[in-house]
Amino acid sequence: MIEPSLSRDGVDGHFLQIKSIVKTYDDVVAVNDVSLDIAKGDIFALLGASGSGKSTLLRMLAGFETPNSGKIILDGEDIVSLAPYRRPINMMFQSYALFPHMTVEQNIAYGLKQDRMPKAMIADKVVQMLRLVHMEKYAKRKPEQLSGGQRQRVALARSLAKSPKLLLLDEPMGALDKKLRNRMQLEVVDIIESVGVTCVMVTHDQEEAMTMANRIAIMEEGSIVQSGTPRDIYEAPNSLQAAEFIGSMNLFRGAIAVDAEDHAVIDSEEINNQLYVSYGVTTAIEDKHVVFAVRPEKTLISRDQPQGEYNWCRGVVHDIAYLGGHSVYHIRLDNGKILYSFMVNSDRFADQPTWEELVYVYWSDDSGLVLRP
Amino acid sequence: MKKVTERLKRHAEHGKRWVIAVPTLWLMLFFALPFLIVLKIAFAESAIAIPPYTQLLTMADEAFDLHVYFGNFIFLSEDALYLTAYLNSLKMAAISTFLCLLIGYPMAYHIARAKPSTQTVLLLLILLPSWTSFLIRIYAWIGILKSNGILNNALMWLGVVDQPLTILNTNVAVYIGIVYAYLPFMILPLYANLVKHDHSLIEASQDLGARWLQSFWRITFPLSRNGIIAGSMLVFIPVVGEYVIPELLGGTNSLVIGKVLWQEFFNNRDWPLASSLALIMLLLLMLPIHFFRKYQEKEWEEGK
Ligand SMILES: Nc1ncnc2c1ncn2[C@@H]1O[C@H](COP(=O)(O)OP(=O)(O)OP(=O)(O)O)[C@@H](O)[C@H]1O
Ligand SMILES: [Mg+2]
Repeated sequence: MIEPSLSRDGVDGHFLQIKSIVKTYDDVVAVNDVSLDIAKGDIFALLGASGSGKSTLLRMLAGFETPNSGKIILDGEDIVSLAPYRRPINMMFQSYALFPHMTVEQNIAYGLKQDRMPKAMIADKVVQMLRLVHMEKYAKRKPEQLSGGQRQRVALARSLAKSPKLLLLDEPMGALDKKLRNRMQLEVVDIIESVGVTCVMVTHDQEEAMTMANRIAIMEEGSIVQSGTPRDIYEAPNSLQAAEFIGSMNLFRGAIAVDAEDHAVIDSEEINNQLYVSYGVTTAIEDKHVVFAVRPEKTLISRDQPQGEYNWCRGVVHDIAYLGGHSVYHIRLDNGKILYSFMVNSDRFADQPTWEELVYVYWSDDSGLVLRP
Repeated sequence: MKKVTERLKRHAEHGKRWVIAVPTLWLMLFFALPFLIVLKIAFAESAIAIPPYTQLLTMADEAFDLHVYFGNFIFLSEDALYLTAYLNSLKMAAISTFLCLLIGYPMAYHIARAKPSTQTVLLLLILLPSWTSFLIRIYAWIGILKSNGILNNALMWLGVVDQPLTILNTNVAVYIGIVYAYLPFMILPLYANLVKHDHSLIEASQDLGARWLQSFWRITFPLSRNGIIAGSMLVFIPVVGEYVIPELLGGTNSLVIGKVLWQEFFNNRDWPLASSLALIMLLLLMLPIHFFRKYQEKEWEEGK
């Protein structure tokens, strides 16, 4: 596949190329033949469930693990055989790994000292870094005297101090509480973008990946399921795993009934109507079994039966989760299946369906996706 | 509800007091009381009597007579022999501590880095020798070190030396014995400290461009300071007063405070002088003991 991946500043991609990396521990295949291209300036998120191999992949980039096979090419140089201390890569550790016996200043200066930089230059750089993360006032503190968010900033400053070609973030928000997390996500992105460093981050939180990254790769059991922009992955997941991993989905298992060039019709036992999509499903389906997927926010609820014979179903309101801006309706179909639908709460006291009310859920022809099971 | 918790709290306080009471009693019985007796004897005069010293307080002519005698201390300060003995002991303790640290640190480091299952085995190996009598183990060293002992025989058989080395009854033998006997006391606190280290700190150090040795000196070593202090104190303090090892493995002329004390007590039956010697030794050790206590408090705080 030739895909000229362009970065945000328009420079040609392939700054970091991961080629067919395999890593096994005894009999566990932690990373299974992963290939990725990451452009200069990208913030690239590896997203996956626990045990999917994201940390292992990141640690191979940092040099703490050696792949069984494959290449890692950074800026034209194969770095697989380089020791961690030789790589132009710095990492922000999950628990930050700040040196507890050193002050903030000394922590940031640590990497610069290893380069035998003159003292005055180190001091300048440290001040510059402290300013970057807004921690000038805390230069003389020890890590234990800082809050979680402050520690994270110091860790970020320390990993940026050597101006690495590649910045690695391992679960960057893992040690923070929910509120702080949302704030720091944006702040960290601001800092990374102001420096312009290429960044690979690992997270199991899809919201975090979508907030922070401009490209995401979903990992499952050591393999990449899909990679692309957050929008691509959300709107056009290429597999059931990808669809289920990001956001919530209503799924109907079924089989292709009509497969025309500009539309397809799907029979499903899980719904009382046929499903219709206004685009051709790929021709190469010998196996007629498919899964129809539609996101809750793409469905509508009404009290009146919708027109037409496709893409609607009847049920009763089983549960309502009021989330402020919108509510999530859990609709129980006749066959017991639960469907999720979002309703925007735009009016303060709108006359919305309530518990156990009979309602219809419907969606437009281009809202659904046809996936392989 | 509040009342209940308060009562529970009071109960806990009560329990705490009991928990503290037991060791306090133990300390009173086995430390404070003997110490007071030694203190008393140190300020008495030697006498041909049973026990062989004069009483501090006597009752005569309807009056208490307090008889505090400083002669022992004056005597000790006038004879250079005692000062030499003290200095020798301190030197011996310092060198032994350093040697134990030198040998014990790498051992503790490797045990702490080993797999958990291996760690248990290695720690057991460290502790295993102390399950046999200390005295027997020191006697065993005589068999190893004497001129026709195991070591010399092995060296001669290998052709490394053609005449037996004189090791037994020298300072070398004393150091071998002390390092051998006290090594576990160095290794255990060091291990306890090193095993708690967060490996990601070393990775962070490497990530920032430091090699193994730099990472060790700048991260691992400073962070193990408390372990080093604890281990050193556990070796230094008892070695200052060590008697058995210099007596059995050292030369007759090796002058250390433990031996001098023994001689004064058993050979000269001068209990007051022996007590004064012990008292001064205790004062000398106050400083390191104070350090040790500070360390323990710190460790405890960190542990919380
Ligand atoms: N040092 C190791 N020895 C043996 N197996 C390992 C080791 N490190 C990781 N694994 C295995 O490799 C697989 C991937 O682990 P990895 O830590 O990369 O997952 P992850 O995606 O980071 O998960 P999490 O979100 O829980 O951190 C897991 O099955 C794990 O058990
Ligand atoms: Mg992980």
